[in-house]
Amino acid sequence: MNEVVTKIKETAMKVQNKINKKSKPEVSIPIRSLNNVNYDPKVGYFELKGGKKVRALTVNTIKSFAQTLKMMALSKQVVEGDDMATKREAYYVSKNWGDARFKEQPESDAVMDDIEAMFMVNREQLGFVPEEKGGDIAGKLIVIDKDTTTGKEIKIDCTKFGSGAYSIPSSVEQLKFETDAKFILAIETAGMFQRLVKHNYWEKANCILISMGGVPTRACRRFIRRLADDKKIPVYVFTDGDPYGYMSIYRTLKVGSGNAAHINKYFCVPQARFLGVTPQDIDEYKLPTHPLKDVDKKKIKDVIKNDPFVKEHKEWKKALELLQTKGQRVEQQALAAHGLNYVISKYLPDKLKDVKKFLP
Amino acid sequence: MQTTLSEDNKEITHAIEQAKKQREISISEFFTKNRHLLGFDSPLKSLSTTIKEGVDNSLDACEESDILPEIKVEIKQTTPERYIVIIEDNGPGIVKQQIPKIFGKLLYGSKFHKLSQTRGQQGIGISAAALYSQLTTGKPVKITSRISKNSPANYYELQLDTQKNEPEITKSEEVEWHNDHGTRVELEMEGKYQRGKRSVSEYMKYTAVANPHAKLTLVEPDDTTIVYPRATTQLPIQPKEIKPHPDGIELGLLINMLKSTEARTLQSFLTSEFSRIGAGTAKKICETAKLYTNARPSRIAKQEADNLLQAMKQTKFIAPPTDCLSPIGEELLKKSLQKEFDAEFYATVTRPAAVYRGNPFIIEAGIAYGGSLPKENAAEIIRFANRVPLQYQQSACASTKSVIATKWRQYGLQQSGSNIPIGPVVIVVHMASVWVPFTSESKESIAHYDEIIKEIKLAIQECGRQLGKYIKHQRKSKDEAKKKSYLEKYVPVIGEALREILDLKEADELLINENLKDYLERSRKI
Repeated sequence: MNEVVTKIKETAMKVQNKINKKSKPEVSIPIRSLNNVNYDPKVGYFELKGGKKVRALTVNTIKSFAQTLKMMALSKQVVEGDDMATKREAYYVSKNWGDARFKEQPESDAVMDDIEAMFMVNREQLGFVPEEKGGDIAGKLIVIDKDTTTGKEIKIDCTKFGSGAYSIPSSVEQLKFETDAKFILAIETAGMFQRLVKHNYWEKANCILISMGGVPTRACRRFIRRLADDKKIPVYVFTDGDPYGYMSIYRTLKVGSGNAAHINKYFCVPQARFLGVTPQDIDEYKLPTHPLKDVDKKKIKDVIKNDPFVKEHKEWKKALELLQTKGQRVEQQALAAHGLNYVISKYLPDKLKDVKKFLP
Repeated sequence: MQTTLSEDNKEITHAIEQAKKQREISISEFFTKNRHLLGFDSPLKSLSTTIKEGVDNSLDACEESDILPEIKVEIKQTTPERYIVIIEDNGPGIVKQQIPKIFGKLLYGSKFHKLSQTRGQQGIGISAAALYSQLTTGKPVKITSRISKNSPANYYELQLDTQKNEPEITKSEEVEWHNDHGTRVELEMEGKYQRGKRSVSEYMKYTAVANPHAKLTLVEPDDTTIVYPRATTQLPIQPKEIKPHPDGIELGLLINMLKSTEARTLQSFLTSEFSRIGAGTAKKICETAKLYTNARPSRIAKQEADNLLQAMKQTKFIAPPTDCLSPIGEELLKKSLQKEFDAEFYATVTRPAAVYRGNPFIIEAGIAYGGSLPKENAAEIIRFANRVPLQYQQSACASTKSVIATKWRQYGLQQSGSNIPIGPVVIVVHMASVWVPFTSESKESIAHYDEIIKEIKLAIQECGRQLGKYIKHQRKSKDEAKKKSYLEKYVPVIGEALREILDLKEADELLINENLKDYLERSRKI
């Protein structure tokens, strides 16, 4: 029997026994926050420390308790039927649950996250998939997927999309890869990605370009991880020079997040290294800047104090402090100030000459 | 010696010069300079002060003559800034000769010299309104009054001679009138009519709360008619005049009383000029003060008077007689609130009489809670002094101070710090006294005497406790109902989910539902 189904049944059985003994049924869920994670570079990702919250079945909690059990029942049905449900579909299924129905999708997403954490699995294993797109790929990569009707292998050549790109599917576990690229370049903005695609940068540098479009989705993170592990190629990350690019995008890609700590194991990319734009680049490349916003300043203070990743890597602490003293942030596309293709002709080649200098 | 003489002369010359400049200040000058003290500082307030003075007079007159008051107030707009105000009552009416003086002469009245609980105290009210009317529109005040079915109704039009403070009759005639007895006053003045806070309709509503025996009618400028019905046909007991109570006597007053008394002995002075001093107590006071009971009061020296005062302070007296006070009463105040506020819970308290500086007073408090009262607003505080609503200077008033010093959270209301509590609640405070100490001449807020604040707090707390009990009970039954509906809604969902996951039979599902319901019903925690 499927592992997830077994776990669901075990939990339900415990609840049933407690109820029939007329004692208090409860489930325990790991606390998902930065306060409850450890970071060890040897492990490579944020690990849960073991803090748990116990949800007991009382009059006050009966609604969410009922919703959790119903969601587990739905998951069992989907997994056993070899089907899947999008997060939105799961929300609509709840409309048949009478008074236990969800009013808005964030409520059902939260219950889903709780179940993930409870069983330490990811939502794909529960049979749920997100609607979000995974990210875009261009460059020296062949993705091997299966035809959804015939089940026959198909090869997708990521050099053959012209000015377009291959889209990472929401579930990537079944994919295989062929490549002789030297590195993966993960890019924050779609604009920068397009510039590099337009000028076939992947050909010049013999690499794979990935557009994350902001904070990378789980599928994107998993895709990069599987590809990098499988083909043993390095991952370089290229974002804006601000706390959002450093922490929300790069740190999440590399070691995961507090909120999804129960699944970081699968979704981290520990081999990722940070290419730029670094605070030093501002002076070195004489880049135009904008003043830091109040939220940026707050975030810098916060991560220096609380983020286990920053506490571990002094280089990052220094970089953030430099940004703090400068009081400035810099965008990827500021490189265009020296000519539209400065990034291709000068910046990236310069940087790639000495990858040891990349931030951890 | 010579220099002194000449200096004396100089001073005398000065005084004569000064005397030439001193003259009587005309009434209109006095009024114009002091109108804010009398409640005529803005068009809005002037209109409501006029109505207040008229209605207060009508109520006092009706009660003194054992008539159930029926008062109609009508307001008509003549120009954008001008209004006609008509106040008509079914009171005893005014004898013909008195009419011009009452309405056309300032500081004429019978209430100023009495030590008893009345609404007006200074005799300045309605004639000040007439003067204001004359100063702003030049129109005379029009009075119709009749004292009985067998007498004619007299109609007057009056102006005030502001130099002499004397009425000037511009028209006087006998007229046909539909009332057997009563008085009708009509004034035209500059004013402003508004609804809402501190409005005329609010004044009428509050007056109806404090006077459950009165039937009031208000006709607003747009012809909207609001009737405030009676809650009782029982007239309040007429408050009696009293003598000062020994607890509140100060040395200066005692010396004055000793000088002006007609009593021939100290013993009879004490028993006749004070309330609650009998022959035995008087004798004891004299002994303590080491004075003879038959000493002549006018011969008592200052030091001896002080001894007398100390002796009085050491003596315990019975509380002042309460027949000098006429509280609304717990029952009637509750009925009033029920009639004027659509709430779900009412509590009222009438405290026993207490004394501040020798003046007996009674505090009453009331609370209306819930129903259609606004839930998110600060509580509505309604303040009364001798059944008259106080609509201005709320924050300066001892009543407000007592309300915010009360810890409302323990009674189930929201309150942040020392603020007015939040919630669907109306708080009423009434002070009845032979002498209400106001903070200023405009008589809008009660002064902060410790004894008064203590009594108000006690009254509010007593109401608050009843409210707290009610809210607690409400919450409990609400929680119970919530718990019940929760169980009905969600227990079957849990049973269903477990059946789906574990492929249970229907009997198993029903057993789960039964056991879970049983377990949760027994658990007290919500």
